[in-house]
Amino acid sequence: MKEVVEGSHAVSEAVRLARVQVMSAYPITPQTHIVEALSEYCADGRMAARFICVESEHSAMAAVIGAASGGVRTFTATSSHGLALMHELLHWASAARLPIVMAEVNRALGPGWNIWMDQTDSLAQRDTGWIQLYCEDGQEVLDTTLLAFRLAESASLPVMVVLDAFFLSHTYEPVDIPDQASVDRFLPAFQPRIQLDTQDPFALSQMAPPGCYMEMRHDIEAGMRRIPEHYTAAEEAFASVFGRRYGMLEAYRCEDADIILAMAGTAVSTSRQVVDDLRERGEKVGVLKLRMFRPFPAALLASLAGDARKIAVLDRNFCFGVGGIFAQEIRAALYLMDSRPPVYSYIAGLGGRDVTPETIEEIYVRTKQSERPAPESVWIGLDPAACPVCRTD
Amino acid sequence: MIHSPLPQTDYMASGHVGCPGCGATVAMKFALRALGEKTMLVIPACCWAIIAGSHPQTSLKVPVLHTAFATAGAAASGLRAALDMRGDTETTVVAWAGDGGTFDIGFQALSGAVERNEDFIYVCYDNEAYMNTGVQRSSSTPFGTRTTTTPGTNWKHTRKKNIVEAFAAHRIPYAATASIAYPEDMIRKFQRARELKGGSRFLHVYATCPTGWRVPSDQCIKIARLAVKTRAFPLYEVTDGVRYTLNHDAEPPLPVRDYLSVQGRFKHLTDDDYGEIQAMVDEDWELLKRKVALAPEEARA
Repeated sequence: MKEVVEGSHAVSEAVRLARVQVMSAYPITPQTHIVEALSEYCADGRMAARFICVESEHSAMAAVIGAASGGVRTFTATSSHGLALMHELLHWASAARLPIVMAEVNRALGPGWNIWMDQTDSLAQRDTGWIQLYCEDGQEVLDTTLLAFRLAESASLPVMVVLDAFFLSHTYEPVDIPDQASVDRFLPAFQPRIQLDTQDPFALSQMAPPGCYMEMRHDIEAGMRRIPEHYTAAEEAFASVFGRRYGMLEAYRCEDADIILAMAGTAVSTSRQVVDDLRERGEKVGVLKLRMFRPFPAALLASLAGDARKIAVLDRNFCFGVGGIFAQEIRAALYLMDSRPPVYSYIAGLGGRDVTPETIEEIYVRTKQSERPAPESVWIGLDPAACPVCRTD
Repeated sequence: MIHSPLPQTDYMASGHVGCPGCGATVAMKFALRALGEKTMLVIPACCWAIIAGSHPQTSLKVPVLHTAFATAGAAASGLRAALDMRGDTETTVVAWAGDGGTFDIGFQALSGAVERNEDFIYVCYDNEAYMNTGVQRSSSTPFGTRTTTTPGTNWKHTRKKNIVEAFAAHRIPYAATASIAYPEDMIRKFQRARELKGGSRFLHVYATCPTGWRVPSDQCIKIARLAVKTRAFPLYEVTDGVRYTLNHDAEPPLPVRDYLSVQGRFKHLTDDDYGEIQAMVDEDWELLKRKVALAPEEARA
């Protein structure tokens, strides 16, 4: 049934429908609405679950690691500084092969304090062994959260469902909230691959000396390499019940495009409109929506965007000293391909700055007019009046 | 054949990798005898993260969840919640951490967990410094101690944190000290802690470290007994954060110098230093006696 719900509550609804058994979280704006709703569901009996109100995000992740090791379905949610504080435990969760699902609301890191949209928090966790899925709208948030449990449990790896601060977390949209029976068909009761058991005592996550550590890491990578297969199977099952699918990446009007704009999150919706408008003016342009970031679907990316003349990447994130993070990943993905369109890197919309249709059109025009990419990322919309701006070119 | 009223079944295997004379291994042996097979251990970074064995071996016959340094209180909370959701209320979840993981880096997570009154036993086996990393000072290291980060004349000039008082202040159902030199007392306390299920129980276990304290490995128990007999480590219980019971009166006490002077870590202390430490021990003892006198009828569970 369609209801008008906030993006945050699309997460909460999915977690309720997934029959999560243990949750733990610590408050941080703009993630709080997710866990407030879950707390209510526990209080009023709509969920048969324990919600552990811990004293930090570090403890939130530790608590769900403990719970997942005990063999139950688990969930947490965080954002920004909370995710950064969890960093140590993100490694612990993935290396222990625990199928934890986390909602992560993309928010800027301080200083200065900034509670608004920025992707650097989640992208900075790219080496932690978590699957990362980025969402565009409320329906996708709900669907991806449900999909995340199935994917995590089939792959024995944790999944991060990522949504934009405010633009998505606090925006109300019509969302089809499925009935419990349909969700149960898609996502049966959790069958843990490992769980602590006094009848069969063993040690989990113990010391791993040089003789076996590398093999353990290789095994995790082997698991990561199978994610596209697990993901496709999970989406197939999801589509058979709910009739919706998203893919690891989505190409919008890219077939004959000379220039492909690539990005993740809500800016994709804006870009779809810009592409439609530019197409009406005869421009051959498309959008590549970046949905799965870990593992990075390099081969799929090459097949969807490899024939373009240019790729322009919009990064709402930044790696100091290098540039936009999605742009780096796309360049690396194309390196071994025969067709290797030049990748133009743009930075826009950091710390909650709006990415408007004009921003996207400016990126398109600059890309079209430049013979080759600048060696460094190009910042769009810097305002010298806001504070003194150092030239980087 | 041993005829003893104490439990004799061991859940710890020989062949573990603890140092000779390690007090922490003695503590685990007695703890598991008292707790039995329906026990799950949560062990953060500490000496016991090593003693329990490397993959694919384990020296323990109960399940062990190894976890990150700061997380014993939180991970144990999660494991308890999982068992409850699975309907297993019989198994006892026991967090087992050293003084670094309890007094220092794990203090926040533990404070949060016991404020929620999580249903587990938390054991701190206290060897009074970061022994696993090579004897660096912790906030459990006593006044007067030389460690590798308090060397020479920079020996530790501040007091050991009183951890039982800190958790008594959280008004948890049960907090107690125990010593490897008093196994009957220690086993009784572990059994009592197990029976008091439903809330947080904290056990502070004195565990000699011959390596870090620079004492002969065969002196492990003797030094632990001296700590009690000099009142440096009193044996007592606190119920609901307010009712204190003294388990060993140590009357008359031995001078604290008898305990300190046999350990290499205190070798540098002067007569004045011994006097200063004796005054601290006397003051702490008087404070403890006053708390015991405040509520002498301890309600037994």
